[in-house]
Amino acid sequence: MSLLDVQDLRVVFPTSDGLVHAVDGISYSIDAGRTLGIVGESGSGKSVSSLTMLGLTRLYGAKIEGKMIFEGNDLVQMSDKDLRKVRGNDIAMIFQDPLSSLHPFFKVGKQLIEAMQIHRDISRADARGRAVELLALVGIPDPKRRVDQYPHEFSGGMRQRAMIAMALANEPKLLIADEPTTALDVTVQAQILALLSDLQKRLGMAIIIITHDLGVVAEIADEICVMYAGRVVERGTAEQIFHSPQHPYTWGLLKSIPRLDGRRDEELVPISGRPPSLINRPSGCHFHPRCPYAQEAHKRIDPRLEPVASDPGHSVACLLAAPTRQRIWEQLQAGAEPESLVHLARSESPAVASEAGS
Amino acid sequence: MLRYIIRRLLWGIVLLFAVIVITFAIFYLLPNVNPAVLRAGRTPSVQVIKEIAHDLGIDKPVYVQFWLYLKRLILHFDLGYSYYSSASVKSLIFDRLPATISLTVGGVIIWMFFGVAVGIISAIKRRTLLDRATMGVSLAFVSAPAYWLGLVALFLFAGDIGKFPISIFHGAGSYTGLTNSPLNWLQSLLLPWFTLAATSAAIYARLVRGSLIDVMGEDYIRTARAKGLPERRVVFKHGLRSAITPVVTVLGLDTAILLGGAVLTESVFDIPGIGRLNYDAIQHSDFPIVQGTVLLAALFIVVANIVVDILYAYLDPRVRYT
Repeated sequence: MSLLDVQDLRVVFPTSDGLVHAVDGISYSIDAGRTLGIVGESGSGKSVSSLTMLGLTRLYGAKIEGKMIFEGNDLVQMSDKDLRKVRGNDIAMIFQDPLSSLHPFFKVGKQLIEAMQIHRDISRADARGRAVELLALVGIPDPKRRVDQYPHEFSGGMRQRAMIAMALANEPKLLIADEPTTALDVTVQAQILALLSDLQKRLGMAIIIITHDLGVVAEIADEICVMYAGRVVERGTAEQIFHSPQHPYTWGLLKSIPRLDGRRDEELVPISGRPPSLINRPSGCHFHPRCPYAQEAHKRIDPRLEPVASDPGHSVACLLAAPTRQRIWEQLQAGAEPESLVHLARSESPAVASEAGS
Repeated sequence: MLRYIIRRLLWGIVLLFAVIVITFAIFYLLPNVNPAVLRAGRTPSVQVIKEIAHDLGIDKPVYVQFWLYLKRLILHFDLGYSYYSSASVKSLIFDRLPATISLTVGGVIIWMFFGVAVGIISAIKRRTLLDRATMGVSLAFVSAPAYWLGLVALFLFAGDIGKFPISIFHGAGSYTGLTNSPLNWLQSLLLPWFTLAATSAAIYARLVRGSLIDVMGEDYIRTARAKGLPERRVVFKHGLRSAITPVVTVLGLDTAILLGGAVLTESVFDIPGIGRLNYDAIQHSDFPIVQGTVLLAALFIVVANIVVDILYAYLDPRVRYT
């Protein structure tokens, strides 16, 4: 049984402008000790799903449907009180900006001690001792002195290490890292990712890493979900996502990051347009307004996440036929411009497209 | 930190000196009323006026007058004598100070209690009926001037003249010193306290509400929740700790201003405090008293500023003065 099994999760926020469909029927699961990467642009609903897991979207009046089964219990149905016992205990979370995520007026040690004392019966002195151990564990030098310092006395990377230490305080079974490296320097990013991998090996926890940066998940994730407009549009192992990506959005993400092994004159291809409004979502395939390969039929037909034939464990929600996707990706890898490949999609018979989507 | 405090204290002294110079200039040079004439009675002879002027020392050149004034002030904390009653200004102020301190301290406690409580409730019940109702009431109180509110309170509830008299609310002019009779002191001050507190409580409620709403949107509040802290603890420990810091700084200055004399409240309730003393002195062109009370008010403000800055460094560890 999976440690966490998310089934058809939907999170809707009622606002004065209308309903925000932040998460629209996503499913994923993660096993103990594994790492899942959730990738997507800002506003794709990737953070909302994990905040929902901790019950933090309830506070803002979110309407939540679906199931989130964690160790046999449905987090969606759990009472606030029971969920509070899971938060920071079995499931811990770290956030994007470690400076604003630590309380500026409390010493780092005090914040660590608080995290422990809220969930277990531990004396202040013992908790303090453990706080020093935790700081040492996450690689903070001179932890005995650092434990009595304030967050503003830490550097950016050190703060994120302190956040990780705080998340690990109660030996969680699942650690959610929401853009853990986005606010950090590139060299520090690599250190933090290496630290997370190392801690996972030592402590055996599962990690969900949420990011817009495919480079980050490439280094650390076993499996990857690509999210767009509140949905999972592609899911597979890291290997599958990087070597045989199926969704035009995933192609866009891959082509918009520079590669060290790429040619010097290789151009980065940004994904045109903007992420869609989650209130008035595009009809049909939500990605069609930005998809260079979209056909008329794609404006009407809403694709479902379906297994990719001949590639077990890999699923995609795309109306293009599998052979067409294969051809386009091969051409893209060879350096072709997306616009020059539009004819490949057009040559498809509409019948094939509607078949794929219905 | 110590160096900072010393520097601030020195600056405070410079500031006070400037206030002394300015008040001296205003009260000795600008008035076109000759204080000697004020004291000389009806149709005085020129000789009498001259003698009185000599007694008051105002026939000397201005710089000599200032020098003498400054010397008395610094060496003896001597603020001169009332033109009107000839009493020492220093003793007048010390007589009146307990009433003003009583009024201020009680008012501050009441307004902080209600202001913070209402502010927190409104912030966490944001956009509910309760929030809108309390903010509506507080807007009404912000708009109600203390002299009007005080008169209405007396008219409605005062134990002596009230339409709906409540016996524990003693009316105007009933002030009794704390050491004379604690119970009478308390009862005489209840209405003034609430009058004084009403406007400020309303302002502070809005201040606390706004500050807390801002803070509750901070990332570290999300972290506190993600740790599994109960919401109560998230609000009161993590939220309020940050939200109260700007409030404390405003409170310091507001308190200092009131200690310098709550003129309106003291006048409406006829409380013999600094504000009342000042008000009466202005009526009588009794410049030494006015000057003394202005200096006292300036002293309170300067001290409060220093205290607030030091307190701020204590409350917010990111602030370090050098």
